[in-house]
Amino acid sequence: MNFIGQLRKSLAVTKKDLFIFYLKGPVVISGILMPSFLFVAFAVGRNLSFNFLIPGLMSMALFVTASSIGPVVAPWETRMRTFERLVSAPVTLWAIILGDIFASLMFGLFITFFIFIISIVLLGVEIISLSLVAGTIIAAFCFSSLGLLISAPPTDNPSNIMMLQSMIKFPLIFISGVFVPIDNMGNWKFISYISPLTYYTDLARNSISGTSNFSPIIDLLALIGFSILFFTAAIVWHKKSLTKRF
Amino acid sequence: MYSIEVRDLTKNFNGFKAVDKISFMIKSGELFGLLGPNGAGKTTTIRMLTGIFKPTSGTALVGEYDIQKNPLEAKQFMGIVPEMANAYVDLSAFRNLLLMGELYGIRKKEIMEKAEILLKLFGLYERRNNKVKTFSKGMKQRLIVAMGLINDPKILFLDEPTSGLDVESVRLIRDLIKDFNSKGTTVILTTHNIEEANQLCDRVAIMNHGRIVAIDSPEKLKSTFQSTASIEVAFDKEVKAEELLFGDVVTEVKKVGDKLRLYSRRTGEVIPLLAKYSDSIGSKIISINTIAPNLEDVFVRLTKE
Repeated sequence: MNFIGQLRKSLAVTKKDLFIFYLKGPVVISGILMPSFLFVAFAVGRNLSFNFLIPGLMSMALFVTASSIGPVVAPWETRMRTFERLVSAPVTLWAIILGDIFASLMFGLFITFFIFIISIVLLGVEIISLSLVAGTIIAAFCFSSLGLLISAPPTDNPSNIMMLQSMIKFPLIFISGVFVPIDNMGNWKFISYISPLTYYTDLARNSISGTSNFSPIIDLLALIGFSILFFTAAIVWHKKSLTKRF
Repeated sequence: MYSIEVRDLTKNFNGFKAVDKISFMIKSGELFGLLGPNGAGKTTTIRMLTGIFKPTSGTALVGEYDIQKNPLEAKQFMGIVPEMANAYVDLSAFRNLLLMGELYGIRKKEIMEKAEILLKLFGLYERRNNKVKTFSKGMKQRLIVAMGLINDPKILFLDEPTSGLDVESVRLIRDLIKDFNSKGTTVILTTHNIEEANQLCDRVAIMNHGRIVAIDSPEKLKSTFQSTASIEVAFDKEVKAEELLFGDVVTEVKKVGDKLRLYSRRTGEVIPLLAKYSDSIGSKIISINTIAPNLEDVFVRLTKE
């Protein structure tokens, strides 16, 4: 198997996804509005500094956008009967999944970059550090992989996956220190450790306010670990569900 | 030399045998038809041959590659038009072809050239930049077949390629299938359109309940079932069907519109008997035709058993 050749085919899948699912006005606008609304809903009326809130907004924006469209690609392709054509080409399943992840990752990074700029220019927050840049890219991959894992059940109904997605994503936002520091969770703090979002929020908070629960290295390693886990699980589960899609 | 060698290929779905130990070989350059009623196992067979389904047991060599062991290599020189497949409706015809070319690892310049040729060949060039969602069903299917040809396949799998299409698209697709086949492409066509198989295929395999019940050229299959030869006769007045059995010369009499169809292995003997019978009852024969067995008769006979 030609690895580079398969990577090129992944990029063809990415391009296809971007044209079909992402590069559309309503998708981009909702990608910005959705995390912003959630942020406003939780931030208004609470006496919290921007240095605490901005990392939360960034992590939530990256998490919500990088895992928003990816989950519906497989059920949509199943329903539209394009999936069989795709898998009958000489492209491996991992390359198809990686292509979907790349598209999702790019969308997440684009929206997060937009929030970076607003935070720096309008709010005067200083957020650039090498570990945060690296962590943002790794986290985007991790969250996109989670989205692809969620899309593995062999349904042709995108709304089924959307429901599953909401059931997984929203609880993760609440347990990951986005709005409430995980130290305030008392005995339930350990739950936050199973969420990859915890480590990205911690990394962002460390880069902006200098306070964190873990060292940046731990955050990065945890994000890499979750990425490998989600990506591998997505491949295995999609492989199992593939024949049930037709 | 064979393009495809299938041995004891079996596929079970939760205990149900969709394909049951089928074996056949397809010569290079052959136009081979898989014929059968819905649920016979045709599409499952194609999906195993194209590496989408993993067989429960058995082997399939496609070209020189075992489809299970080297699926990517085998797929590289296959063209596939899956049943009920769709193009990406939010992309243009050209972008669909470009995507397929990229998935086959073809260089961009080459894809552009091939895409242009295929779009012209399938009568879609003028609409190349329009989104596929604006296409008619026939245009979409023509594009889907074109997408299956972007890699100049040596083996082309077509699963019900003309199902439900307008006459113009059916003719165009059939002509192009014949054309590609005449240039050396091995074609495997699944269809439940018997006439299509009769017109196009060098050989057909008739499948039923996951098994191959007959495999041969359409003409040989027809001649195997001489008992389905028949005579269609119309009298100027009503006659009793049972009186036309002539002992055991005629095996079955069916009413077909205002005519009677007499099935017999000895059609030569039936005509004088009919003339004699019509004289005996004071009737005249208005029309009489001998009908050779057709592939549909063979198909019905085999799939009924």
